[in-house]
Amino acid sequence: MSIVTVQLGQCGNQIGHEVFNAICGDIRGTHGLCSKKENESYRDACKERFFSEEESEVPVARAVLVDMEPKVISQTLSVAARSGYWKYDDRSHFCQKQGSGNNWANGYSVHGPRHKEVIMNLVQKEAEKCDRLSGFFTIMSMAGGTGSGLGAFVTQCLRDAFPTSFILNHVIWPYGTGEVIVQNYNSVLTLSHLYQSSDALLVHENDVIHKICAQLMNIKQISFRDVNQVIAHQLGSVFQPTYTAESGLHYSRNPLGDLMESLVPHPEFKMLGLRNIPQMPENSLAYSTFSWPGLIKHLRQMLIANAKMEEGIDWQVRPPRLGSSIPSSHSTNKPLHFNTSIANLVILRGKDMHSVDLGSFRDPSLYTSWLKPQDAFNAWKTPRAFNKYEKSVSLVSNSQFLLKPLDSVAGKAWNMFASKAYIHQYTKFGIEEEDFLDSFTALEQVISSYAIL
Amino acid sequence: RSGGDGADIYKGKICSLKARALLIDMEEGVVNEILQGPLRDVFDSKQLITDVSGSGNNWAVGHKLYGYQYRESIVEKLRKTAEHCDCLQCFFIIHSMGGGTGSGLGTFVLNLLEDEFPEVYRFVTSVYPSGEDDVVTSPYNSVLAMKELNEHADCVLPIENESLFDIVNKIHQMVNSGKLGSTVKQNSLVTSSAGSAKTVQEKPFDAMNNIVANLLLNLTSSARFEGSLNMDLNEISMNLVPFPRLHYLVSSLTPLYTLADVNVPSRRLDQMFSDAFSRGHQLIQADPKHSLYLACALLVRGNVQVSDLRRNIERLKPSLHFVSWNQEGWKTGLCSVPPVGHSHSLLALANNTCVKPTFIEIKDKFMKLYKKKAHLHHYLHIDGMEQSCFSEAISSLSDLIEEYNELDATKGGPRIDPSRLKIAV
Repeated sequence: MSIVTVQLGQCGNQIGHEVFNAICGDIRGTHGLCSKKENESYRDACKERFFSEEESEVPVARAVLVDMEPKVISQTLSVAARSGYWKYDDRSHFCQKQGSGNNWANGYSVHGPRHKEVIMNLVQKEAEKCDRLSGFFTIMSMAGGTGSGLGAFVTQCLRDAFPTSFILNHVIWPYGTGEVIVQNYNSVLTLSHLYQSSDALLVHENDVIHKICAQLMNIKQISFRDVNQVIAHQLGSVFQPTYTAESGLHYSRNPLGDLMESLVPHPEFKMLGLRNIPQMPENSLAYSTFSWPGLIKHLRQMLIANAKMEEGIDWQVRPPRLGSSIPSSHSTNKPLHFNTSIANLVILRGKDMHSVDLGSFRDPSLYTSWLKPQDAFNAWKTPRAFNKYEKSVSLVSNSQFLLKPLDSVAGKAWNMFASKAYIHQYTKFGIEEEDFLDSFTALEQVISSYAIL
Repeated sequence: RSGGDGADIYKGKICSLKARALLIDMEEGVVNEILQGPLRDVFDSKQLITDVSGSGNNWAVGHKLYGYQYRESIVEKLRKTAEHCDCLQCFFIIHSMGGGTGSGLGTFVLNLLEDEFPEVYRFVTSVYPSGEDDVVTSPYNSVLAMKELNEHADCVLPIENESLFDIVNKIHQMVNSGKLGSTVKQNSLVTSSAGSAKTVQEKPFDAMNNIVANLLLNLTSSARFEGSLNMDLNEISMNLVPFPRLHYLVSSLTPLYTLADVNVPSRRLDQMFSDAFSRGHQLIQADPKHSLYLACALLVRGNVQVSDLRRNIERLKPSLHFVSWNQEGWKTGLCSVPPVGHSHSLLALANNTCVKPTFIEIKDKFMKLYKKKAHLHHYLHIDGMEQSCFSEAISSLSDLIEEYNELDATKGGPRIDPSRLKIAV
């Protein structure tokens, strides 16, 4: 089954491009470190998922590019084509000239309705190219105007037009100290609206990825391209083909469906965080060896202690003792900083992954009590190594990972809203104070739900 | 192509470009000079509105008399220019506040733009009269114009000649001290070669104007060139104007240079950021560091990456005062293409209470004249001018100053975050 990617705004298009690059680079390489048959299976599964083979010499990405100004799309299309390894469909893009001005209301209430038909036509065309459509993967930032506002509108349209398809929104959390002054307003509006139409929100925080680039990748002058490449690697580690428990001897055919089934048991809880280890500069890879027990141990502690990367993990944090009869929703015996999970998914890529013991992730004390431990945890595997890492493991987690960032954004936005600053810029395009209040209420509800886990 | 709208920016030929511009003056001298100078092919000689006698440094003559007289002609030529645009995003109005034409007719045009093109942004670059300015009536003209700017402009970039003069002097010192830097063929379209040869004692207007030109170039760079984080003109208005009337932005440029003096050495990157916040780089006589920031934008050009930007914001933030509801109020943009002859540059735009002294000064000068009713008759005998025009204008300015006062009063005070919504569990 295939995934159609919708790239929205500058961020969405820049990242989308790096994602297809990473995926293509991965299947092209000879570093799969597995049998030829395995490699071929993997490649075929990947191609079906992300590329269509038309009468072109190179695979064509299953993607729709949308932006309200022309420069980024123009660049994205030409750089991809120049690579010689893959390209976008030349007709599968839509842009305007004046941008959204970082204004969510402009993106949502003006550009959205105005261009709905054209955009949905492009999406329909891409969907029709798929033998079977698994669903949609949208990439957007929350901070600006197009990705956030138009993105929220498009997600709604996707939900209306494709009621049985899965929708996964990849959302970029801006730097805390600001890229856009009204980013907190845009974020609150985006998150509250996405929650209504999306199946799940997979989040990457710029601050976190920036730290990874600085401390793990040793990059001195970090550019957005560096940040985007790390993000692309992490996304690739989730979406490249794997074997799930159900798929048996074939690569799983429904990645989005499997993801939702494993991780989103309840519509109130849609925030997914992602961790991927190891992460290091490419020229260090040759000198490093990894053991599965070591990687699993680190990843588990990263989950429990809410560590954003493989450095500076707090090993003092321990899961609470089970056996106390206090109900989990008002539990006070949880040590501070312990990250409670609803559900987790671990993805193993590399040889000998059969032998890996994942019992520590099945520990009931990590989870809320709603799901049976065997349902709360899932694992996907493949012996095929990913993107030059001999062994790598990813964790997609529906847990309290994003509680603090959510709370922080809501707090800052509320602070600004109380002074009414910038509100006139939104009311100019039809988003009123009541709309803001509705969004704040929705978001506080989500925060509260995650907080009392 | 030239700045002034958001039309398509695919690579175009450099020949046969016509400026999307309208040149308006009630005297012919300046416009004629332009049309005979090196830029004569850039301007369309039909896109002119001139007269012969000038406005006599009288806002009322500019606004009421010539406004009424030339309204139709102006609208017609504006429409013509607008028709040539695929997508008209914004108008740049460039004028001075102290005279009669720029100030009076200029603000008349501003009103007109709002009526005829309500959805198009109006950015105004206004040159405010300097301390030793020799036009007696400049306070009247400035205050009358301020009312119009308050009510009809989306964004105003105030400029003071004193600041430009100081900057030009600084450049001369740097150039003459013999420090070498990269050199570029003199391809200046904007300065005449006479500009840089003038001695420091004379007012080097060409060099000074060049700085304002650079301001506008940097402002539009992200709309014209690619970058990893684009910042368009409508984003500037969105992020830097928290309340409709507080739309005065203090600008600063680094490195300091004019197009004619391109062998100024490049400064270390971090130094460039520090300079942008120093007094000597601001284009008005103001010190934003010691006043209150409502919002700040940084547009960087050249080989500068997001980590450089973040590092410098972290470094400079502690020494700056931001309003309580916008503690992390930074808008940033990264444009890959640096200005000619430089490896990088930075434009900082601040919505900061440090504009207040400039406004207070105009108000005080106005009151000095107004109390004695000096020169008032020159204004009041113009059709459409009444005493109420003056009282409304000064009232508008006073209100604006008061808004800044109220904000300043919050500076350094205790920070009380409003309580969040409570959700029933």
